[in-house]
Amino acid sequence: MAISTPAEVPAEVEIVPAAEVPEVELYHAKSWVTKYVFSQDAKVIAIQYSFTAIAIGLVALVLSWLMRLQLGFPDSFSFIEPGDYYQFITMHGMIMVIYLLTALFLGGFGNYLIPLMVGARDMVFPYVNMVSYWVYLLAVLVLVASWFVPGGPTGAGWTLYPPQAILSGTPGAEWGIVLMLVSLALFIVGFTMGGLNYVVTVLQARTRGMSLMRMPLTVWGIFVATILALLAFPALFVGAVMMTLDRLLGTSFFMPAIVALGEHLEYGGGSPLLFQHLFWFFGHPEVYIVALPAFGIVSDLLSVHARRHIFGYRMMVWAIVAIGGLSFVVWAHHMYVSGMNPWFGFFFATTTLIIAVPTAIKVYNWTLTLWKANIQFTVPMLFAIAFIVTFLNGGITGLFLGNVVVDVPLSDTMFVVAHFHMVMGVAPILVIFGAIYHWYPLITGRMFNEALGQFHFWVTFVGAYTIFLPLHYLGFLGVPRRYFEMGETSFIPESAQTLNEFVTVVALIVGFAQLVFFFNMAWSAFKGKKAERNPWKACSLEWQTPEMPPGHGNFGETLPLVYRWPYEFGAPDVEEDFVPQNVPPDQVITKKGPEGLPGGAAVQPAE
Amino acid sequence: MNLFQQLTEKPWVTAHGTVVAFHAGRAFALPTAKIGLRVFLAVITVLFSLLVVAYAERMAAADWRPLPEPWLLWLNTAMLILSSVAFQWASVSARRGHGDGVRVDLLAAGGFAFAFLVGQLVVWQQLAALGYFAATNPAAAFFYLITALHALHLLGGLVVWGRTTAKVWRGVEVEQVRMSVELCAVYWHFLLVVWLVLFGLLLFT
Repeated sequence: MAISTPAEVPAEVEIVPAAEVPEVELYHAKSWVTKYVFSQDAKVIAIQYSFTAIAIGLVALVLSWLMRLQLGFPDSFSFIEPGDYYQFITMHGMIMVIYLLTALFLGGFGNYLIPLMVGARDMVFPYVNMVSYWVYLLAVLVLVASWFVPGGPTGAGWTLYPPQAILSGTPGAEWGIVLMLVSLALFIVGFTMGGLNYVVTVLQARTRGMSLMRMPLTVWGIFVATILALLAFPALFVGAVMMTLDRLLGTSFFMPAIVALGEHLEYGGGSPLLFQHLFWFFGHPEVYIVALPAFGIVSDLLSVHARRHIFGYRMMVWAIVAIGGLSFVVWAHHMYVSGMNPWFGFFFATTTLIIAVPTAIKVYNWTLTLWKANIQFTVPMLFAIAFIVTFLNGGITGLFLGNVVVDVPLSDTMFVVAHFHMVMGVAPILVIFGAIYHWYPLITGRMFNEALGQFHFWVTFVGAYTIFLPLHYLGFLGVPRRYFEMGETSFIPESAQTLNEFVTVVALIVGFAQLVFFFNMAWSAFKGKKAERNPWKACSLEWQTPEMPPGHGNFGETLPLVYRWPYEFGAPDVEEDFVPQNVPPDQVITKKGPEGLPGGAAVQPAE
Repeated sequence: MNLFQQLTEKPWVTAHGTVVAFHAGRAFALPTAKIGLRVFLAVITVLFSLLVVAYAERMAAADWRPLPEPWLLWLNTAMLILSSVAFQWASVSARRGHGDGVRVDLLAAGGFAFAFLVGQLVVWQQLAALGYFAATNPAAAFFYLITALHALHLLGGLVVWGRTTAKVWRGVEVEQVRMSVELCAVYWHFLLVVWLVLFGLLLFT
């Protein structure tokens, strides 16, 4: 039931007072513990989410080094056994996708930015929001615990396909897989609590004048991604619960009749394919759960640092919604080699290619936003531009793989690894770096070191391409993924090994270069130059708070009133090149003085 | 303004223009908690829908043996219906401000819900006594899984019910618990529909 309103506003009325938004009851912390540990303030929860996600992400980074060491220099490291290698790839993938990217974009940026950007004091259900973080932390701890149980973590590959995931011979089939499944179930429960907050806050807790189409695209991206996550994670939850039962109670949801080590197991009749469908019904939307917030954030970074309104705002919103919808009907393109009916493959190839249309709209609009813009090559801007290039690169190899005939020979090769690392590894991480640099002054009140930021950007950007472009080539040669070592292989030339060594060396360098980023962030938080208010001269509300960093309740005495969209850059006749969302029209300083607003409208104050 | 109109606005055209009355900052004219519950129900709908799909897919396998249908399930279904009806009454009483009515209705609703849960446990025992274990029969495995998940959702609801009933018992004003009672009623009706679908699935397969 939508709010009913007059269909049209008479043209002569310039200001109609906005309907009042009732003040919310804000929870006030009474002690240090409830203020900083068990905090109900979305900004604190955001920081908690971010630190936890980045910490576990660093573990995954180290795992990728170990994998690269093995691939680059096989037989050189006695501490990497084949089983260890499988554990590395599994944990690296799962941590990066779920525990880092999903948690950081939605739990981290979502919590920090949604209330501030829509002009709310906090999330609508702050207590549930707090519990969400603690359940997430528990999920991470359960995951970490799997390194300390007999057999170690699971080595089933991040897709956890049965039957091998729970059969002896796969590392961690005893304990590791159970802890992984429990951890995933916990993550989903925790996320659902947070997700309810993000969705309902965007729908119901915006400030006066903040219509849906005046929301920054960052909020749109996080909002739609959260809806996707709320609807997609149940599939993983069902799959995880059923596999746990197969493992612990001996049910046969996914397990077919099977002979292992010469012994006929008790299982029979289950369908491993059913798990694949459940997994990818979650797994494909998951790509967009990560990508949509990145799309939204990058739109805002481009617009602010190019001093130009985002091109085609409505199309950008609709494209986000369309991509979200389409992402639920493409999942089986991950299963072309599972023996499915060819008509099925045809259907999923078609839907997959259709998704390229809204995605291309977004890429064109980003590019057109930059067209004739006043581009400032700040660190966030560099990362934003790098994202466009990288996402385009990864998206185009996605078009190759979306076609059944191209996918079948390339399936399970390094080409696939290169594709998904470009499109959902490097590209979102570039946005995360850009976003952290962009909002760093808001969160800490200080500026980061520009030179270190530029250095970090160029090493990361050039380094990522140096790592992943060669992997495409290795994939074309037929180098398979998930192999501990190649051994005697006639069709792969010697030079492939040289290339692998090169990639490993670069990966180590790029990994260590991230220390520069962490040093910059930590050092600047204490010793950095004090940031001026709204240092990037942005229009959106998070920069217009009375204090910076924003205090408890975000907006002081009264909530801001929104008069325009968040992309009012370079408006004609206006003195400054930007007008914040909450500045009343009669206070906008024009080149002709306050009377000469565009259109010559006589304006009166709103209140 | 409906959602479609909201999404076809051209924000750049109204720049420097109007703060329009209808941008109250809410997309729906419902209390926040009710929107929250609806979003949550959407999530649970997906969860149980996927289980039904998995059930249908697994049925196609050769080793599928249908379960017997204990008559007790009919009684349990009746208990859950009564529980839902009692919640509806509680909700109506709360709207009219009848404190005593709310108290009695809530007790009845909770009582029937507990009766349903106990009944489900007895059905589990009956099936186990007949030799239907989770590991021996896929139909039994699905039955245990689906009923357990449904019962867990009901238990979650009973936590809210417990808190609300305790408040009513302490003599809190009806107006202050009205929202909780209404939310519980919606949640209960929803779980009843889920149960009827699951029960139907069991009966007709």
